[in-house]
Amino acid sequence: MKFGVVTFPGSLDDADTVYAVRDVVGIETIPLWHKDRDLHGVDCIVLPGGFSYGDYLRSGALARFAPVMSSVVDFAASGGLVIGLCNGFQILCEAGLLPGALVRNQSLTFVCGQARVKVERADTPFTGLCQRGAVLRLPIKHGEGCFVADESTLRRLEDNRQVVVRYVDEGGAATAGANPNGSLNNIAGIINEGGNVFGMMPHAEHACEELLGMKDGALFFRSIESWVGREVRR
Amino acid sequence: MRAKVYVTPKAGVLDPAGKATERGLHALGFGEVHDVRLGRYITMEVDGDPTDVTARLDDMCRQLLANGVIEDYLFEIGESGVE
Amino acid sequence: MNLSPVDEKTALEHGLTAEEYAGFCEAIGRTPNLVELGVVSVMWSEHCSYKSSRAVLRDLPKEGPRVVQGPGENAGAVSIGDGLAAVFKIESHNHPSYIEPYQGAATGVGGILRDVFTMGARPIANLNSLRFGSFDHPRTRYLVSGVVAGVGGYGNCVGVPTVGGEIYFDRGYNENILVNAFTLGIVRENRIFRAKASGIGNPVLYVGSKTGRDGIHGASLLASSEFDDETEEKRPTVQVGDPFTEKLLIEACLELMEKDAVVAIQDMGAAGLTSSSVEMADRGEVGIRIDLDLVPKREEKMTPYEILLSESQERMLIVARAGAEEEVREVFRKWDLDAVVIGEVTDDRRLRVFAGGVEVVDLPIAPLAHGAPVYERRWAPPTRQADMQRLSLTDVPVPGDYNVSLSRLLASPNIASRRWVFSQYDQYVGGNTVVRPGSDAAVVRVKGTEKALALSVDCNSRYCLLDPYVGAMTAVVEAARNVVCAGAEPIGVTDCLNFGNPEKPEVMWQFREAIKGIRDACNALSLPVVSGNVSFYNETEGRPIPPTPTIAVVGLIEDVRHHCVQWFENEGDLVVLLGRTREELGGSEYLAALHGIVRGTPPWMDLAVEKAVQAACLRAIREGIVASAHDLSEGGLAVALAESCISGPDEPLGAEIELEASIRPDAWLFGESQSRILMSVRSRHLARLREIAAEQDVHLTVLGTVRGSRLRIGRLIDVDVHDLRDTWASSLANLMAGDPRPEAV
Repeated sequence: MKFGVVTFPGSLDDADTVYAVRDVVGIETIPLWHKDRDLHGVDCIVLPGGFSYGDYLRSGALARFAPVMSSVVDFAASGGLVIGLCNGFQILCEAGLLPGALVRNQSLTFVCGQARVKVERADTPFTGLCQRGAVLRLPIKHGEGCFVADESTLRRLEDNRQVVVRYVDEGGAATAGANPNGSLNNIAGIINEGGNVFGMMPHAEHACEELLGMKDGALFFRSIESWVGREVRR
Repeated sequence: MRAKVYVTPKAGVLDPAGKATERGLHALGFGEVHDVRLGRYITMEVDGDPTDVTARLDDMCRQLLANGVIEDYLFEIGESGVE
Repeated sequence: MNLSPVDEKTALEHGLTAEEYAGFCEAIGRTPNLVELGVVSVMWSEHCSYKSSRAVLRDLPKEGPRVVQGPGENAGAVSIGDGLAAVFKIESHNHPSYIEPYQGAATGVGGILRDVFTMGARPIANLNSLRFGSFDHPRTRYLVSGVVAGVGGYGNCVGVPTVGGEIYFDRGYNENILVNAFTLGIVRENRIFRAKASGIGNPVLYVGSKTGRDGIHGASLLASSEFDDETEEKRPTVQVGDPFTEKLLIEACLELMEKDAVVAIQDMGAAGLTSSSVEMADRGEVGIRIDLDLVPKREEKMTPYEILLSESQERMLIVARAGAEEEVREVFRKWDLDAVVIGEVTDDRRLRVFAGGVEVVDLPIAPLAHGAPVYERRWAPPTRQADMQRLSLTDVPVPGDYNVSLSRLLASPNIASRRWVFSQYDQYVGGNTVVRPGSDAAVVRVKGTEKALALSVDCNSRYCLLDPYVGAMTAVVEAARNVVCAGAEPIGVTDCLNFGNPEKPEVMWQFREAIKGIRDACNALSLPVVSGNVSFYNETEGRPIPPTPTIAVVGLIEDVRHHCVQWFENEGDLVVLLGRTREELGGSEYLAALHGIVRGTPPWMDLAVEKAVQAACLRAIREGIVASAHDLSEGGLAVALAESCISGPDEPLGAEIELEASIRPDAWLFGESQSRILMSVRSRHLARLREIAAEQDVHLTVLGTVRGSRLRIGRLIDVDVHDLRDTWASSLANLMAGDPRPEAV
């Protein structure tokens, strides 16, 4: 099992993701460069957090044109696993690999803190080791994390059970108070119809170490490892 | 009346957004592009006396819509409801 | 191009005095032309030359066994073992932030980051110290939201976490806010880069953003003859930060520094190309030759004067090894940045600048770099100083309801939770943040080691106003006490000295007293000052700001598992106070916020006692017997108790404090006696804690127990901690509400 973490110009959490997955969780992980179309045989691609190209025009708008992204699109089309965290989620939406868009937080300010999310689906490659309905603690840090989609898209996402994680309160209820950015239906992360492309705003990579206060994020990377392992055996 | 307000970075002020966008356009092969500037476009309905509207809009721009230290503004006044 | 000699009038317009101008003409043996005058006027400005402060700053202790780099470089460096050094500095960006709060604060963050990564250090944490006017001033909310958004906008996008800082409100800053930014980086000790040019013939490279007409020093320029016919668009403009480019610059510079190509490197900060080339040449005792035609420019028809004095952001000057030019260019190409050879190192110890084939500057380096006069400015205490220190407590009524007093103090903008501010900053990026904002000190681990660094920035400017000597001393020891409460040994100081106009004797008196205070406190705690910045001419409503010597302290935690936080951890733990409480209310937040009195003398400071209290606390934390440790500061014992109950990430805990006041109850609860630390410990560890305290001759009092969900203090206070938390947590957001927030640019 091998992860590949893409570095775009302006990516910030790329090195942190490599460190967390490789050195803390203990799964082989290599960096990928935005100008390089070669994916070096990775099993899962991570599009990390940060501000690709400064995100001045729209978050993720320029990153989707990077050479590496054409390989990512082909990889996803052939069923490869792709996970986008924060800016990575924004890039996946801009690239059309996930529906909807991420716009400015309702508060109009950047928001950094701890969020609770409920795992709505434990049968995806990204959440297989989670309990369905489990409430995880994960950090968030974004200025444009408000998930929006038109009515029919939103209905389709809910009907197809494509919402994987949702912002909830301590009791697991998706309340307005638990929603840090105004996302529709408290959506924190979604998966594509094929079930192999996943994006979410919270930073799993910053929640892998007890010393740093949170460790629920490691579940996502372990789930992927376990899924890939089973695929290989099959 | 329908007012259209354009707010842009002042000439000479560094525009990181414009710079990054220009670089993106070049990367996509639009090499003919240069001096990209990113601003805001604001439209609004304005009631009241048409003779005052220019002065009022100017005040709005100076007090809130534009940051005079780094931005210029420009506005047009047209017929109500017409974009 | 007008290269004829200038006259004295033009020199005065550039801010030089007649004597300074005459002195410079004599030093170079002729009259300068306008470009040369521009160069000397910025090099001899207070900002670059430290002409009013230099003589006084000599007193500060700068040596120590851990010091790898003291003042005089881009930033200071202190060894943390394992072959690593902590590189850090704090710097002001006050005036630009008042004019354009978002960009002023943003470029302040950008500048201090460059000072640190220029040394070869990867920045791992930012702090900031902010001072605003009172909330009844019409501009305060606008400035607060702009500055906070700017600090966040830059730091978040450049990928360095903002892990702490301080923010205070005082009418004394109504028209002159303070924005002081601090950066900490980590470097291998044997890979520190310095700004000392050497190697005759080595190429000088310009890297980073293009040069525009940003921040060229204002009015004098416009008045000068060269600009008589110019139009509006030639006016100098506000500096705008581009954190995306800065991020690329960080990665490119650090990658380049892994190779053997860089001889010297310096940020083009204040006075841009001029000061960076002059200072690099001066340190290396060489000359430098620059061709302005080769400088990448953002705008057309820029004059040599403008190019030399531009303060465009995100630019660096590199002296490379001859033959390594292509290596440099290749690294910068990888990161989509410009790297252009614009000149070379020469042996003539002169700054020679060419434009269009014409020599526009030919000046000796030495008088530019340190020819500015060193002033011994006159000083005298303000006439009202003695009166300000008079305080009669008999005139201060004792509160009728202490619950209400505590609640009002927790809602004071100077005490309330800073979460509204910190939640706008990325605190996680880098993956090292062990203790986030909200405890006495932030803690960041050092990857690849067992170690961590604790960081705190502090200054109580009310104390400094009432007694600048004691106030500055208190700033040092309190910042140190904060990192001790996190379990760290203080190892280095950087200071940002914000004062009024040094030509006013009372300001110079404040400055001298403050420096003495910093000196004595640093000597007592064996703390070197390794970097810093002086910001004079901070005046509001025609008066100097309260003297504000902001102190940042870096502390070392040898084993990160033994770090400590300020909030209570366990039901049933004992609550213990180290240090003594005196009847001291002068300069307190209690008097200011609840009685409207800013008078008296600040709390007494005994440096020997302080040192002992810190030693005892650190010893106990290192032995692993302390559950929480919290420095007592604004609001005194009652506020510290409340904070330990409510500031943690989980459900608040209550406390039952049995002890009765032995002095005036309001002084006992809210007085700010120094050298006190509030702790909680398991009861089984009390005996050992008593031993440690006794060894250091530190007074220890058992106050009570962590228990339940109410804070009870004798018969004076009895409140639900959830109510206290709500008041404390929502106050700043409420004060900021209803504000038309400026768009993030």
